[in-house]
Amino acid sequence: MRDGDSSPLLKLSGQHETALQGEVYSYTLVREPPQGFAAQAPYYLALVRLDDGQLITAQLTDVDSEVRIGDPVEMVTRKLTTDGAQGIIVYGYKFRPAIKTGDK
Amino acid sequence: MKPVAIVGVGMTPVREHWSLSIGELAEAAGRAALADAGLAAVDALYVGNAYGAAYNQQTQLGSLIAGDLGLAGVESYCCEAGDASGAAALRTGYLAVAAGAAKTALVLGVEKVTDMVGLARNTARSVSLNADYEATNGATLTSMAALLMRRYMLEHEVGLAQFEGFSVNAHRNGALNPKAMYRNPLRAGAFSKAPMIAEPVSLFDSAPDADGAAALILAPADEAVDLSPQPVLLAGSAVATDSLMLQDRMDPLHFAAVGRSAARALDQAGLSTSDLDLLELHDGYTIMTALALEAMGFSARGRGWRWAQVNGEKLALNGELPISSFGGLKSRGNPSGATGVYQAVEATLQLRGEADENQVANARTALVQNLGGLASSAVTHILRALPD
Repeated sequence: MRDGDSSPLLKLSGQHETALQGEVYSYTLVREPPQGFAAQAPYYLALVRLDDGQLITAQLTDVDSEVRIGDPVEMVTRKLTTDGAQGIIVYGYKFRPAIKTGDK
Repeated sequence: MKPVAIVGVGMTPVREHWSLSIGELAEAAGRAALADAGLAAVDALYVGNAYGAAYNQQTQLGSLIAGDLGLAGVESYCCEAGDASGAAALRTGYLAVAAGAAKTALVLGVEKVTDMVGLARNTARSVSLNADYEATNGATLTSMAALLMRRYMLEHEVGLAQFEGFSVNAHRNGALNPKAMYRNPLRAGAFSKAPMIAEPVSLFDSAPDADGAAALILAPADEAVDLSPQPVLLAGSAVATDSLMLQDRMDPLHFAAVGRSAARALDQAGLSTSDLDLLELHDGYTIMTALALEAMGFSARGRGWRWAQVNGEKLALNGELPISSFGGLKSRGNPSGATGVYQAVEATLQLRGEADENQVANARTALVQNLGGLASSAVTHILRALPD
């Protein structure tokens, strides 16, 4: 992270209750995944420009139409993968198309 | 600091060497370089390797390879900077000889990828990304390159087909190189129809992982003439870093480390970009070539792709700016930690006039650039033929 104060992760663990918003800076569809991601492939990976200017690398989820650069997205908590023989779930953040509220 | 010269080179073909171990590959290249320099021993051995711990469950390659080469006891260790590990080892060897700490140094890059196949290999390669913020989200090197390329295409209104010439040029040159991995020419028009790995990066855009080892011998330039009939001066050497992650860069479409390392190496050599007869660039993905050309000032921002026009004819062996003269990463193959040493060996052959079918006529100066990750590590060397 560029500096601690602007870290979206620190924000997440702090007082901020609203979802982190941003827009798609770039995206791709990963067809040759690493281990632990094969079941999801192909999946969208994106660089998202958060509203505070920070870029963040994350998967896009709940995508049901074509993705475009500039699409508004919001951060959600999702399962990323499972770890080890016991299949322990690794949770993290992904971004989904922003739900339109009409007041933005 | 003493001037340093390259007095011996050697390399294995770049292949899937299923029957050779990492030590056997390294030994073959090391013995070839020693024989080329007419030496039986050196004062130091610097190894470039990126993924030995992951692919081969092997570290301490310095000790391992020194033993295999009959150099047991010599100063030796491994340098790691992702896919720039080979050039990092060259930089280390350069510093050791320039400082007078070693009179002769063997620089040896080696990678043995085929000990691992399939998804496990993708996972292993991802260790050169940020583990906590990139790899954990399923990112791969190819997908990060794809993010850059898609953004570039939008910002600069460039179509996928405009990048084709970089790959066509690489394969045109690689087809002439018996040591290249994929010697098939690329048919014009095939690039944008190739199967996608991570849109918009396709199979014909992405350099293949490969096994290989390359080596060179360094010595003080003033003693080089006694060791080699055609020593090549290591006239510039510089390493620069950028943020490991694209997300932490103010402008992801500017390869800042590339610009810095090239400027420093050229300054040391007393040369400018217009003085160079050929470039060996880190063309693991075509977008990296475009961005590297821009960062070094060979073209304005957003215009690097123009070098690829007309099937890359300006980049050909007889073109205005020859690059990837032995096929580059795309066609010769990308044995990650060895790639930077292959590039330097190939440039040395060019400056000696020993590049056979791949020869760039009258080549006297070369820029060799090896990158780790998405140019998080950038190592640039300037090679120059010594006057007869």
